Formats: sequence, structure tokens, C-alpha cells
Amino acid sequence: MSVKLVIAIVRPEKANDVLEALYRAEVRGLSISRVQGHGGELDRVETYRGTTVKVGLADKVRFEIAVSEAFVEPTIAALCRGGQTGEVGDGKIFVVPLDRVIRIRTGETDHGAVTPVET
Amino acid sequence: MDIPILAAVDSGDTAWMLAATALVLLMTPALGLFYAGLVRAKNTLNTFMMCLAAVSVATVTWAAVGYSFAFDEGNGFIGGFGYAFLHGVTFEPRAGSTIPHLLFMAFQATFCIITVALVSGAVVERMRFSAFLVFAALWSVLVYAVLAHWAFGPGWLLHHGTLDFAGGVPVEMGSGFSALAAAIVVGARKDYGRQALLPHNAVYVLLGAGLLWFGWFGFNGGSGFSTGNSSVLAFTNTLLCPACTLVVWFALDAIRDRQVTAIGAATAIIVGCVLITPAGGFISPGWAMALGALGAVPSYTVLVWRPRTKVDETLDVLAAHGVAGLTGILFTGFFAQMAWNGVSDGLVYGDAGQLGWQVLAALAAPAYAFTVTFVLLRAIALVMPLRSTEREEAVGMDVVHHGEEAYATGEGAILVTPEAGLEAEVPLANPT
Repeated sequence: MSVKLVIAIVRPEKANDVLEALYRAEVRGLSISRVQGHGGELDRVETYRGTTVKVGLADKVRFEIAVSEAFVEPTIAALCRGGQTGEVGDGKIFVVPLDRVIRIRTGETDHGAVTPVET
Repeated sequence: MDIPILAAVDSGDTAWMLAATALVLLMTPALGLFYAGLVRAKNTLNTFMMCLAAVSVATVTWAAVGYSFAFDEGNGFIGGFGYAFLHGVTFEPRAGSTIPHLLFMAFQATFCIITVALVSGAVVERMRFSAFLVFAALWSVLVYAVLAHWAFGPGWLLHHGTLDFAGGVPVEMGSGFSALAAAIVVGARKDYGRQALLPHNAVYVLLGAGLLWFGWFGFNGGSGFSTGNSSVLAFTNTLLCPACTLVVWFALDAIRDRQVTAIGAATAIIVGCVLITPAGGFISPGWAMALGALGAVPSYTVLVWRPRTKVDETLDVLAAHGVAGLTGILFTGFFAQMAWNGVSDGLVYGDAGQLGWQVLAALAAPAYAFTVTFVLLRAIALVMPLRSTEREEAVGMDVVHHGEEAYATGEGAILVTPEAGLEAEVPLANPT
């Protein structure tokens, strides 16, 4: 069974909602990082003493989630549910194929490597 | 009010009061630092700016009418317009004191400033800055000046002999119970109770608390308006009492969570300083230490309980100031000691009536502060929105209200030159 990497760029203030939605969708393995990006949002203007700047990059949170085929759609649905405000700047989701996935601890590969450990 | 005794200006007293006034003014930026550390990074500047707003607005209203309403004769409830716009406030000493009237006014102004700044702790992270400026101006006159008149000026509490050395009534209970009303009227932050809203910089909190303690030596030590015994006693008690609060706080933290926390310690410093504020020059050093230790418990209890309620009194002004101020006022009624203060004994030293007047102050001041703040904010809300939208709250008050960030990196920032103007093409994706 194929394995996909789902990458989502979301608003930082929605990151908690996204985490909660993913948890409810039983998507358990993920990484997040803080990134800066530019979409269609309006630039905001900031002034520091005599210096005025237009800030074109907005803070975003990037989720990286490796899932097996069956989990792709539930993951996308959860990301949309958690990340949506309806305003410009809600972010994007990218789904890309993965060649291989290896769990370092056990050496399991692909589907086995992205399936959460039963506890 | 006692029969005025016109004394000459004393140079030693004046020198100390000049320094004490500067010390108390420092407490407001220190509070800004303390508060800024307790909020999320995106609200750092707005939170600090609320304290600077208090410095600006409350100074102006104090000079205009606040000082007069507090310290002019008037009636028992509020002063008149005799000192409005500082009319007649000159180098002559105020009746019964040995420092210039002008300096007395400046010292009292710094108390009004810090009290207004304290109330902001209840509404940070969502109240609109412009609405806060309006609130600060009106509150400083309608609540602070009135309570200061009751306890410090020739008002009814002072007249009946309520002991309040440095502001348990106007500053501590005034801010604490107003904060509760403000939190209720403005409402909770949108994420309150749904997400963990954590302090973003504990070092700011510790440094702010340390500077507040430093300033509090002027606050309490200056409230004797001299270099006399009551000032020395209050000054020393300001060292002893918070130290005992710290020790007990460490123990309470350890019992609750098995760990002693830094933000808990910073909070304990504030609570200890508040506890000794009304009692400073009235109780012995030994009782000051007991007050610090025992007084930690009610504030700690409220601090742990409050976040379980729906009331988002964000930075716990009620627990740290309202409850501790009330505790200090009542404690003074029990343990005030003529042998130390030369003024009055408390219940334990034979005067039960003193406790009665302390209890009355502990009922009247919170009731007045809560009610007037509640009505005032409701009235302002009829004219302008009190809080930012959910969208703005998510972005953060710094960018929304000030167009600045506390931790700006400059990444992605394009310099706007006067020639090119704001319409210059941005070298990034620019969809239509």
C-alpha cells in the first residue's frame, strides 16, 4: 500500500484547532514547525520611529504528516476543518508520494512504519 | 481631620519624598514588564503600553481634577474643586506635613498612576487600546480619586480612624475589585478555557516583580511623608513581610505540585508587598512577618481557584491586590500597636472599635470599586466597542493596535521610502 506525505501550512492561531481535529480523526504521527510565508494576504504596515515597512511574510505553522493511503482523505478533512476561517490566508495542503518510510526503532517500513503503535 | 498644624518645610523629609516619588513612578514600568511577561508574545507591547497609558492619562486627570477630588476638603465622600488644575498647590507645606504641597501632590499622583495600570491586568489581550484610554481617564477620577479621598484625604474613613498606611483601600482593594468588574464586563478572551494561555517570558515577570519590590520601599516608606519613625517602620516592614510571603509561597507550591515555581515566587513578592501596604507603619516588625506568612494563604487560594471559573480576570489582580489588600486592612485592625505607631491600637492590644472601622473599609471599598467600574464600563460600551474582534485577538494586539511587534525580525519586511510610498510593487507573489 502506498504512503503519502501530507504537508499543510496553517495559521498559527489555528494550530491548536488543527491538532484537535487530527486527534479526533485518529491521525497520530506528525511534526510541526514554524515557518513564514506569503499567500494572497494583504501586507501589513509597521512603523518603528522613522522607519516604515511593509511586512509581506506572515507567520504560519507547517504540519508534516506521513500517512497510508486510507488515511489521506480523513487527514485532509481534519486539516480543513481545523484550519479554516474563511479569510484569505488560511493556508494550503500539499499531498506528495513517498518513496520509503522507515521507523528507526524497529526497522519497519512503509505502512508498518506509519501505523501508530498499539498500546 | 485633625486641627491643621502649619509646620515649616523640612529639608530631610523633602529629600526623602523626592526620591520616594521617583521610586513609586518606577513601579508602573516595572508592572508593565511584569504583566508583559505574563501574556502571550503577540500581546507583549500592548500589555506594556496599557501601563504607559496609565502614566500619561492618569497624570493629566490627576492634575486637572483627580488631586482636588481626592485631597480638597469637600465632603466625606469626595473633595471639591479647590485644587482643580493644581490651583493653590505650591511650595507651602500641606497642613500637618513638612513637605511642599506640590511634592505631596506628585507623590500621590504616582499612586493614582500605578492603580490605573493595575486594573489593566484584568482586560489585557482583548480590550481595545482606545477604549482603555477612555476608561483610564474616567476611572482615575470616578473610582481612584474618590477612594483616595475616603482613606487619605479628609474623607469619611480617615475621619473615623480607619488605618490605611499606604493604600489598602484606594490602591489595592480599589484595583482588585475593579479588575473583577472589568473582567466581567469586557468578557473572557476567545481562547480562555479552551487553550493553554501561558506566560511567554518568565524572566520579565521576575525582573518586573523585583523592580516593583524596589519601588515599594518608596511607596510604603514614603507614606509617612517624613523620615520619622512610621516611615522607618513601614520601610523595614516592606522587607520583612514579602520575604515571609515568599517562604510560605514556596511551601504552598511544593505541597500542591511538589515543585517551587518562578512565576509563583514573582507573584508572592507582589502579594507580600500588597499585604504590608495598609499595615506598614502601624504594626510591629514581628507582626509584619506573621502577616506575610499568614496572608499568603487567602491570595494563593483565590489564585488557584479563579482559573477554574468562567471569569477571565487575566492576570489575577483580584487575588494579588484585592484579596491581599483586604487581608492587610483586617490584619491591621487586629494587630495595630500604639507602642509602635503612636496612633492607635488594634483589637489584640485592647481597641475592638478599630477592627470595626477596618471591617467597614473592607466592605465599602470593594463594593464601591466594583459597582462604579461595572457601570462605567457598561456606559463606555454604549459609545465604543470595548474589545477587539476574534480575528484581531487571534492576530494579536501588538500588530492590530500598535502596528509593531515585540520580537520583530525584519524578515519579509520591505522598506517603504517616502518616494515610492506604500503602493510600491512588492517583490513577492502578488495575486490580484
